[in-house]
Amino acid sequence: MNVFLQNLIPLIIALIGAMIWLAFNALILVYCERKFAGHIQRRPGPFEVGPHGILQPLIDGVKLMGKQLVRPDNADPVLYWLAPILSMLPVLLLYMPIPYGPVLTGMEVNLGLLLILAFSSFNGLAVILAGWASNNKWGVLGAARAVSQTVAYEIPLLLTVLTISFMTGTLNLTEITALQAGHIGHWFIWKQPLAFLVFLIAMFGETNRAPFDLAEAESELTAGFHTEYSSMGFGLFFMAEYGYMVVMCSLCTVLFLGGFHGPIPGVEGWWWMLAKTYGLLFVMIWARWTFPRVRFDQLLNINWKWLLPLATFNLLATALIIKL
Amino acid sequence: MGKFRENVIQPILDCWSLIVGLKITGKFFCKPLVTVHYPRQVIDSENLRTYGGHVELIGKPKDPATPKCISCMMCVTNCPSNCLKVVKQKAPKPTPEQEAAMAAAKEAGEKVVKPKAPKNPLKFTYDYSKCSLCGTCIDNCPAKALQYSNNMYWVVTSRKELEIDLLARLKEQATELSAPAPKTEAKSAAAEKEA
Repeated sequence: MNVFLQNLIPLIIALIGAMIWLAFNALILVYCERKFAGHIQRRPGPFEVGPHGILQPLIDGVKLMGKQLVRPDNADPVLYWLAPILSMLPVLLLYMPIPYGPVLTGMEVNLGLLLILAFSSFNGLAVILAGWASNNKWGVLGAARAVSQTVAYEIPLLLTVLTISFMTGTLNLTEITALQAGHIGHWFIWKQPLAFLVFLIAMFGETNRAPFDLAEAESELTAGFHTEYSSMGFGLFFMAEYGYMVVMCSLCTVLFLGGFHGPIPGVEGWWWMLAKTYGLLFVMIWARWTFPRVRFDQLLNINWKWLLPLATFNLLATALIIKL
Repeated sequence: MGKFRENVIQPILDCWSLIVGLKITGKFFCKPLVTVHYPRQVIDSENLRTYGGHVELIGKPKDPATPKCISCMMCVTNCPSNCLKVVKQKAPKPTPEQEAAMAAAKEAGEKVVKPKAPKNPLKFTYDYSKCSLCGTCIDNCPAKALQYSNNMYWVVTSRKELEIDLLARLKEQATELSAPAPKTEAKSAAAEKEA
């Protein structure tokens, strides 16, 4: 019993920490997104609420929460409300195995990588539930579209992650980080540049970010699966998306960019992890305001005709080199 | 081999365009902003000149209070949204002397010279709420009496206020021109709002 409690209490603390971290990130990212979009288009972005509009995301959140929760007639109430919660809850778990610092790891799991990949697939289930339960045929079609995208992009993502675990012989993220200790030359991005590239592209697809944001495509495809959701029902999907973005960028940092290790020996800490993660997030936002959205057949072609063969080739080549 | 080049080599080469795109947006990200923070800043008159606001009348060069307009109704006929209204001036009633002259001319069988109506309009009203700013009236005006104003900072609270009497506006502008205009930015902005 004592051992159980000893394990439980840090876990609860870590979960609460993850919750705060998630909410905080959502606010920061919404602000950054709008501000960067503004500056790329040479306008100030949010400016009126607080100094330089810094309170804008908070006010947006309050507005979102103040709206009425609407459910369409004849929609399945249980599934309809379950979907956004199901989209949001696994995200909290995803933060657990990520080593943010030498001691700042929520939960030491031997299968951390597997846990992240397994629970991030929950999003597909949430999306299909949301579309199905909305009692709206366009919702169902949108959900089918979104799911076919998430499922497709998960495969190259898995394959590239597999190359890293082939190389390191472990699925423990802390160990993977430890193997990249030392100077910048030890980072796996130099050993696996192709895997990094494929991971980066698959990350865009997996998190439904532009140019692969067909899951929302608010201007021409009217969102699809979350069309019927209002208020925090939509807000949870939205927060989950930002949560996945942070998780994926953290994972990319851990796998390829040395995690919390700095570029020179001896310099390490959570700030390096944060800086690298936010650097990747900045690239994601930058790409969103640069590239036009791809068509759906193009989206699937990029995945099945390019990413998947490249990832497979990379995996086989890595396996061969390790065996030799 | 041609197929291979078309389907494999070319797409990889085309990826360079993505880098070019990122470079362009990155450059814009670093450039200073061009947006004006409206209530705290206003656009300087140099840039305001290029702003195409609602339509307004142009005064005669020597008499800025009277419009160049000749009441030909070309603007009214050509306006696709029917937002201009022009009322022509009627001929003035002949004075007794003129009447006598006219009667004498009629008796003598000569050409009767009636007093002519002044060409400039009696009324020139304009409904900005209907206007689509197509500029057809400006293009069709034979007297070149219309132009886009640069009345940018103009706020109203009801649709009715958007109907403006352009003749009154021209008169106001003329008096403003003749009087030494108040130079301060805030005052001119306030005046613009009232206009």
